[in-house]
Amino acid sequence: MRLLDIAHARSGDKGDTANVGLIALKPEYYPILVKHVTAARVARHFKGMISGPVERYELPNLHALNFLLHGALDGGGTISLKTDAQGKVFSTALLRLEVEIPR
Amino acid sequence: MKSRPATIRIAAGQGFWGDWLEAPYRQVTGGPVDYLMMDYLAEVTMSILQKQKARDPSLGYARDFIPLMERILPTVAERGIKITANAGGVNPQACAQAVAEVARRLRLGGKLRIGVVTGDDLLGRLDGLLARGHELRNLDTGRPLSDVRDRVLSANAYLGAWPVVDALRGGADVVVTGRVTDTGLTLGPLIHAFGWRPDAWDLLAAGTVAGHTIECGAQCSGGNCLVDWERIPDLANVGYPIVDAAPDGTFEIFKHPGTGGRISVAGVTEQLVYEMGNPAEYITPDCVADFTTIRLEQKGKDRVRVSGVKGRPATDKLKVSVAYFYGYKAVGTLVYAWPDAYKKAQAADRILRQRLADLDLKFEAVLTEFVGADATHGPLARAAARLDELPEVQLRIGVRSRDKPAVERFTREIAPLILNGPPSVTGFAGGRPKPEEVVAYWPALLDKHMVEPCVDVVEV
Repeated sequence: MRLLDIAHARSGDKGDTANVGLIALKPEYYPILVKHVTAARVARHFKGMISGPVERYELPNLHALNFLLHGALDGGGTISLKTDAQGKVFSTALLRLEVEIPR
Repeated sequence: MKSRPATIRIAAGQGFWGDWLEAPYRQVTGGPVDYLMMDYLAEVTMSILQKQKARDPSLGYARDFIPLMERILPTVAERGIKITANAGGVNPQACAQAVAEVARRLRLGGKLRIGVVTGDDLLGRLDGLLARGHELRNLDTGRPLSDVRDRVLSANAYLGAWPVVDALRGGADVVVTGRVTDTGLTLGPLIHAFGWRPDAWDLLAAGTVAGHTIECGAQCSGGNCLVDWERIPDLANVGYPIVDAAPDGTFEIFKHPGTGGRISVAGVTEQLVYEMGNPAEYITPDCVADFTTIRLEQKGKDRVRVSGVKGRPATDKLKVSVAYFYGYKAVGTLVYAWPDAYKKAQAADRILRQRLADLDLKFEAVLTEFVGADATHGPLARAAARLDELPEVQLRIGVRSRDKPAVERFTREIAPLILNGPPSVTGFAGGRPKPEEVVAYWPALLDKHMVEPCVDVVEV
């Protein structure tokens, strides 16, 4: 199942780091995100797109995870040559991730 | 002493410099509000404004703030709405003077006081600070500012809510600031209205969360909202968010009746995680807010209640934003049509790179994207798309270098491809791309006691 079916997301930038806030569409999906969408899994997903590590933070109160993708923006801000210099669409790129969910 | 209000309403009018011009007018005319908050400053903005001020000492602020004031001041004065805006850029005094002139033209003389917050501008003090051992090391790279000192264009400390509070206590109706944090523009009115104490960390954190929620304007009221995006009503007429805040630190987000957009838990959550670092440590000059304590609740149609926010003491540092000259960049584009659009664009990219190499041009970076195939989602998109059947692909290639002639020469290598490269190419009507100066951003920390905010309140 794609993350798109159980979560939504918004992303932004801080320097050369993109952040992706991943939010469960229903509270009962949040534990699935916590279990399956680990920092290591996200780092594999974005292999070739980011040059630094991935950090993950949990916001159980909002049924959300926050990911910091370091080295994601070709220097970031004004330096970057990327179309997505401010990391605005890393959000939906993360939602492409496939997770195995027991039915 | 005046009695404290039960709640106050703070309306967001601009989420960035360049945001919708209609929003502030609609916020002050669409229903009762007490404050209009407008955020104008991004990192790069300060360096642009510093350049404008260098050319003309009467400039250096967000100039479209003045015609906006001309449009809304009569309503604002009549209804007793107060304004907080960091439109002052690197020249808040000149901005305030321009607002005062407009107010006098509107016959508001004697009816309006303008507060001016300065003290954030460190450009003239940099050498003194460096000489006294404040190295202003880059928060990302750890390098000392002396590395780029000779290329610095602007340097500003982020001030918090307290100078805004001082201006409001001094009777200001319009508070014009330099580099005050986005959240401080909302927290300031809350502290002022409710008499919150400087060590009431939970309350200051709650006001900070309120500020973060509305600082990007409609991004929390249905704009750029992924959840159910096709059914969010009437974005053409989107209502910008308003905080309805209580003295105990709880608040509700709503918008004026009859406006478009949507205020939902899902949409507010998207805004809360936007540009988030460690959610347990949202650091501002005023406090450290813990976003993992926020509770959200849908209180009715287009109304979300926010409660439970906890905070911790502020740190003894201020963030400093330095802008410095970095080099040059240019981006060129060409559009290739079916059949084999993607393969043609790839071939053109290879040819162009060969020619750049043959010319022995040196670049710090050359980046190719294929818009329509991989510009937004990179290899993830390439793996999912049927690349051989794409109807069209835009080749987008950018270069960056300290060497201006190299970047200029690159800009002359795009157009020839139309006649001497792969076929079915178009989309060059805009002409040769222009080399662009790159101003880079250097984040640093400075001891708080080294910065002295300054507040003036003047009668119009």
